[in-house]
Amino acid sequence: MSLTDLTIAEAAAGLAAKEFSAVELAAAHNEAVAALQPRLNAFITMTPELALRQAAAADARLAAGQAGPLTGIPIAIKDLFCTAGVRTTAASKILEPFVPPYESTVTAQLLAAGAVFLGKANLDEFAMGSSNITSGYGPVENPWKRAGSDAKLVPGGSSGGSAAAVAARIAMGATGTDTGGSIRQPASFTGLAGIKPTYGRCSRFGIVAFASSLDQAGPLARTVEDCAILLGAMSGFDARDSTSAERPVPDFRAAVGRGVRGLRIGIPAEYRMDGMSGEIETLWQQGVTWLREQGAEILDISLPHTKYGLPVYYIVAPAEASSNLARYDGVRFGARVEGEDLIDMYERTRAAGFGAEVKRRIMIGTYVLSAGYYDAYYLKAQKIRALILRDFTEAFAKVDAILAPTAPSAAFAMGEKMDDPVTMYLNDVFTVPASLAGVPAMSVPAGLNAEGLPLGLQVIGRHFDEETVFAVAGALERAAGFSALPALMAGAM
Amino acid sequence: MSLDTATVRRIAKLARIRLEDDEVTLLQTELNGILGYVEQLNEVDVTGVEPLSGGAQMAMRLRDDLLTDGDIAEAILANAPERIGPFFAVPKVVE
Repeated sequence: MSLTDLTIAEAAAGLAAKEFSAVELAAAHNEAVAALQPRLNAFITMTPELALRQAAAADARLAAGQAGPLTGIPIAIKDLFCTAGVRTTAASKILEPFVPPYESTVTAQLLAAGAVFLGKANLDEFAMGSSNITSGYGPVENPWKRAGSDAKLVPGGSSGGSAAAVAARIAMGATGTDTGGSIRQPASFTGLAGIKPTYGRCSRFGIVAFASSLDQAGPLARTVEDCAILLGAMSGFDARDSTSAERPVPDFRAAVGRGVRGLRIGIPAEYRMDGMSGEIETLWQQGVTWLREQGAEILDISLPHTKYGLPVYYIVAPAEASSNLARYDGVRFGARVEGEDLIDMYERTRAAGFGAEVKRRIMIGTYVLSAGYYDAYYLKAQKIRALILRDFTEAFAKVDAILAPTAPSAAFAMGEKMDDPVTMYLNDVFTVPASLAGVPAMSVPAGLNAEGLPLGLQVIGRHFDEETVFAVAGALERAAGFSALPALMAGAM
Repeated sequence: MSLDTATVRRIAKLARIRLEDDEVTLLQTELNGILGYVEQLNEVDVTGVEPLSGGAQMAMRLRDDLLTDGDIAEAILANAPERIGPFFAVPKVVE
């Protein structure tokens, strides 16, 4: 078995047993990144020398018996997390020259736990997208292929580079961020596990802001246990984020094997949507059977405002984005295009620096917040957001977790679903409600469609009850026994 | 509610994004598509519902009003597109 095939848990055990060194592990991954990057474009910036230096430090820590949970584990960092001295672009041309003078809290915690950073992963520009097509640094190719077809598929988004890197075995895990599904949908499209924890669990300090009331960091990895290990290192209170939760971080890893006996699992009627593929419906039923067989009680529930989740999201998220992205004005950091005067300089800088999707969302956000429209759009959306939260609160009075599909389809080809923005937005129909409510939700690879592409199931839990989410996800993972591999993989080319 | 081209230009002005003429028509179509899609929210009765502004299950925490850092002007200015001494430089705004 190649070093790049190991899970994080296996690699940590191998490092502890001195079967291989952190430098060997990093070198194997650097080599795999170099081989596959020209094809996948999973990274915006690669940091192979930094990875080797961090790996050497990890070996010293291991030798001194001071290893942390991730010491020597090579991972990819979504290029939305500020990394001190390493360029951070948010996949936008407007941040092309930006080198942060400080480290985000999440990446600082990962470094403290001993992780090795292979580079900054590609994403949709400012995390706005569901296909990684909107990146200013080119699209990412999904390492999976439809059977008998060489069509290039999208890896999902916005954490598309993170997902492609982990699926292709060129990183053992990756950080992502999820505003409306940006961890869960790419995890589903690439056969990975990925969790968006409760809003407030991971600090947002140093993460380039998209929609601040929704943005949450989380991990993508090849197993539920690996996600638990990564999330444990990423979580915790941070005084520098005013919405960071002042709560202890539970032992997520211990929860993975807890089982589902006696748990009540809700099946929301409203997630059965018109036009959803029959394969997804079948997989969902399979998930129900797996959980029932392991001793869970299955209950039908209702989340009546589900269908309003997407339209609420496409008011709230652009509104917050238009405010957050006002800072990109060509004055203090980032790219600048000179103009006739100050205003002209702002307008030319933003016209040249932002891509089409980012401009659309800034424009929608500006409009719904503008004088005369605020009540009709933004305030109304916030009220329906409250009803969506109430749906979940009432459901969680009856059940311990909810089982649903992650996405309405498998990965699609580049060029598909790109006729108009709303068609692309529909990808997030099952992931957005949990984001609006702030509850934790995880995607687990559960099966393949008829074309041989992975499909994920989603587990949604109560606020700050990631442990139950991990327990249910672990049970699904054991029952599914997902072992299919993508076409493009380290060592397979 | 449908946006005309003058409104699209006004929004672009508010958002400080320069638009070329051909972009205005395309954006008009796309923005109207999105606004048409969110129209369905009008079906929902929100009488007496308090708006939810955030995802956090707590009141906003305020920190103590203390100095937490400083003397990092060089680190902050290192990313400036243009600087003059310890200042960010912009085109002249006062004649």
